[in-house]
Amino acid sequence: MVVIIAAVATYYIGTKYIFDPRLVALIVLMVSTILFVVGFIISQSFERLAEANKIKSEFVSIVSHQLRTPLSNLGWAIEVLMSGKLGKTDHRQFEYFVILRENIVRMNELIKDLLMVSRIQTQTLFFSEKEFSLVELVQELIQDFKVVAQASNVNVIFDQPQNIPLVFADPFKIRQVVENLLDNAIRYTQNKGEVRIKIETQGNRIYFAIQDNGVGIPQKDQKQIFQRFFRADNVMKYQTQGSGLGLYISKSIIDKSGGKIGFISPKGQGSTFWFTIPILKAKV
Amino acid sequence: MKKILIIEDESALQKTLGDVLSQNGYQTKSALDGETGLKLTQSEKPDLILLDLILPKLHGFGVLKRIKENPETKKIPVVILTNLESMQDIEKAMELGATNYLVKANYSLKDLLIKIKEVLGEQV
Repeated sequence: MVVIIAAVATYYIGTKYIFDPRLVALIVLMVSTILFVVGFIISQSFERLAEANKIKSEFVSIVSHQLRTPLSNLGWAIEVLMSGKLGKTDHRQFEYFVILRENIVRMNELIKDLLMVSRIQTQTLFFSEKEFSLVELVQELIQDFKVVAQASNVNVIFDQPQNIPLVFADPFKIRQVVENLLDNAIRYTQNKGEVRIKIETQGNRIYFAIQDNGVGIPQKDQKQIFQRFFRADNVMKYQTQGSGLGLYISKSIIDKSGGKIGFISPKGQGSTFWFTIPILKAKV
Repeated sequence: MKKILIIEDESALQKTLGDVLSQNGYQTKSALDGETGLKLTQSEKPDLILLDLILPKLHGFGVLKRIKENPETKKIPVVILTNLESMQDIEKAMELGATNYLVKANYSLKDLLIKIKEVLGEQV
């Protein structure tokens, strides 16, 4: 279509300024040929890019499978050893089993994150949207994190909001986002700290915010906070574990869910991370 | 005593699963490849099959398809137990008639046992 339009336009312009019809025909032919070749090269590039993305996605899928298989072997074998059914383990042996198990969990989480990043980049991340209650999801997660929060001496406060409408998104993906933000808030809040969660309706969206009084994000690092593998320098001083993928994944999920995500982190005042997602669509 | 067939090419995983299921009162049979798994399905008529996908000789999807096409075995519940987790694989497995699709990395043995009891209609 572009080639045809360009040919017609060239002919029209050519006949206006050039009197030799053979020269006009030649110019039209040259312009059409050039555009055709350029179009062909561009479409081939897109096809090669799509093919490369497909190969990359399959490669990552296969590699993650190969990495997870021995981890599953290890994880289940340790579970059997820790169960005591093969004989009693003493306290020191049990401690080492706990170390093994925690590191297997850590590696599995990293593989899961890398797989997710690969799917985001190749645009093969699947979303299964449905109606659900963000309030109930947050309540469940706070319960799940209760032990961790207590161990970190962090108080998690959730002002139970009333009459919050259901949202329309993929609940498993949004759960991952809230989990990541809550985990970060607890992890980077120092002893006897406080994490406060708020949910409210803002027009046709639900607004979620999580505020901590932790280490905050230095001004110089704030622009990069949602980039892959980025970890702020001050965070590295307190907590070296972490892949630097959580916020990148969270932002990708919220963006693709039709929402927005952001944060504020004034100097010395901790951080507030927030996101918005659409309210349940009206049924037709 | 209910019978569970484990079709899994990783011998370590097979052993762990087999031991745990036996300790929990199940009879177990095992196969290290898809073709043997299919033969055992037909000869043993288990109450449940735990089926890996990446298998030698016959891929897990091929095994599942043949189990569900055979009138003698199509009612046996098949739980896919794999470390592949693409949406295409999950959809294909469910279309072919799998009862559940479980990613090994996401399940402890304890949680797996709960799922097995659910599928077998036993009290958890």
